[in-house]
Amino acid sequence: MLDSLLFYFFAGVAVLSAALMVTRRNVIHCAVFLITTLLATAGIFLQLRAEFLFVTQIILYVGGIMVLFIFVIMLVRLDAPIHQLRFRLQKFVAFLVALVLGLEVAGILLLARKLPGGGLFIKESASPDKLPPNSEELARSLFSTYLLPFEIASVLLLVAMVGAVVMAKNRKRSDLS
Amino acid sequence: MNAVLQFLQTWWLELVCGVVIVAVVPLIAGYVVLVERKLMADMQARLGPMRVGPHGLLQPIADAVKLLIKEDIIPRDADAFIFWFAPVISMVAALTSMGALYFGPDFRVARDINVGILFVIGVSSLGFLGIILGGWASNSHYSIIGAIRSTAQLVSYETAGGLAIISALLLSGTLKISAIVDAQSANHVWFIFLAPIGFFTYLVASIAETNRAPFDLPEAESELVAGYMTEYSGFRWALYFLGEYANMIVVASVATTLFLGGWLRPFPNVHWLNWLDFLPALLIAAVGVYCVYRAGKQPAKVQVGFMWAVALCCFAVALIYLLPWIFSPLRFAVPGLNGAFWFLLKVAGYIYIFMWLRFTLPRYRFDQLMHLGWYILIPLAIVNVFSVGVAMLLESEFGVNRWLALILTTIFTLAVSIYLVYLHDRRTVATSSASAVATDSYAG
Repeated sequence: MLDSLLFYFFAGVAVLSAALMVTRRNVIHCAVFLITTLLATAGIFLQLRAEFLFVTQIILYVGGIMVLFIFVIMLVRLDAPIHQLRFRLQKFVAFLVALVLGLEVAGILLLARKLPGGGLFIKESASPDKLPPNSEELARSLFSTYLLPFEIASVLLLVAMVGAVVMAKNRKRSDLS
Repeated sequence: MNAVLQFLQTWWLELVCGVVIVAVVPLIAGYVVLVERKLMADMQARLGPMRVGPHGLLQPIADAVKLLIKEDIIPRDADAFIFWFAPVISMVAALTSMGALYFGPDFRVARDINVGILFVIGVSSLGFLGIILGGWASNSHYSIIGAIRSTAQLVSYETAGGLAIISALLLSGTLKISAIVDAQSANHVWFIFLAPIGFFTYLVASIAETNRAPFDLPEAESELVAGYMTEYSGFRWALYFLGEYANMIVVASVATTLFLGGWLRPFPNVHWLNWLDFLPALLIAAVGVYCVYRAGKQPAKVQVGFMWAVALCCFAVALIYLLPWIFSPLRFAVPGLNGAFWFLLKVAGYIYIFMWLRFTLPRYRFDQLMHLGWYILIPLAIVNVFSVGVAMLLESEFGVNRWLALILTTIFTLAVSIYLVYLHDRRTVATSSASAVATDSYAG
């Protein structure tokens, strides 16, 4: 009872603020609503007893990425790009993408029972007190079963980081000379 | 309705604790401010606040009342909603993160969260959103420069702080706050001795994260009036202030838990030092005796009476600490009481270091701050994580003595850091010779 109450609360907040995030004109307001969406998603993670994901969501997305977003928004002039035409064209593309995504989700929900594992509706779940510690389970599967994907992802990120550093460095040199 | 009742039945204790935190932390923060002013006065050979109450002891309450009844001004061109909301974010983040802290073995607010330490760090870092949004919403140049500075500072120092925490987490092997302290008890040593560089990095990063001098660029009075809170007045300003000081307590608690042994007393496993368990009561009683001694020397009658009142309070607390030793049925309370004493003592010591540094060191320039963060602190923290890992491998795989391994790796880290400083110095010399005026895009 309490669980579903919490779920509907967080889900409602997430959906509502996501809608507000897309429709607001002021970019900072959009960012604030994106933060609310992310926090509500984190709340859903916590409601599902995925406390590690909950904390990672808060630290990475809300504490890290959103701070950078707002930083960039503050440094860039906000009123110029809104009037440019190519951003208006994006509406149709976005609408198409959203339509395809919505159809996809609807299809999965409809076909859920036929998917392996009985679909999305979990009938019996373990009691939250008996679940093994979340972070340790995650670490174990990341560093044993999914070691290769993990390493690939980290190498990719490293390459991106090195690339960013190299790009920043090159520009500085040409500026100096 | 039933669900609500059941919820209240299971969680009433936590809810009460939450209310207590919200009610008490502002008071504590106010007194931390008083202590800071008194310390500053002492270091500058002044007396500090003396007017309100004996030795200014009622000053925080007077300040709070003054701030409460001040007019709450919202600038005309400000974004009213965000301006109204931003200080609340700052304070709520600091108070919420306090919820997961452990003040003693059985003395905590929320239940034992499995990722407690991450929760505390993550939620307390949300307070920066309040600073950034408040600075933006004020629609003032000083505010927005303060906000941008604080963002840049957060991004650079949060990385170093996070990496510094990892060294303690590696040593304890868990994210649970109680288990981290238990690991220090099982290892017979505080992690500050095993990972001194990690502690140092965290100390520096935490000063930067709480926006305190010498890293108080976001609110540098001499450059930016008051930085992000220039336009704030009255109670909203007080909320920012409160958030900042609550955040200081949170940061100090995290450092205490991770590096200073949490609620453990010094030498927790040495039996002939068991008399240290009586130390809390003795220390508090000693403070009381000192108050009685000073009472005779006060110039005014009010002050004599007040000194006696403080002394009696100290004796009462000391008596509470002694009661469990006299009545054995109360013996169960000993670890909690002593744990809280040691924990708060360590937190107070950490905050004292903060204040000491603030009154000793001059403020950094912004580019120096960025250089320190990116060129020295972050590489140092990364090398430190690496070397703590190597030390643990040496111990578990090759049977090297833990102390030897840690000393070797610490020396290695220090060597790397000295090399980094050398590199940095050379680079600064090169750039300053290339361009006489250093470009500084963030400075006001």
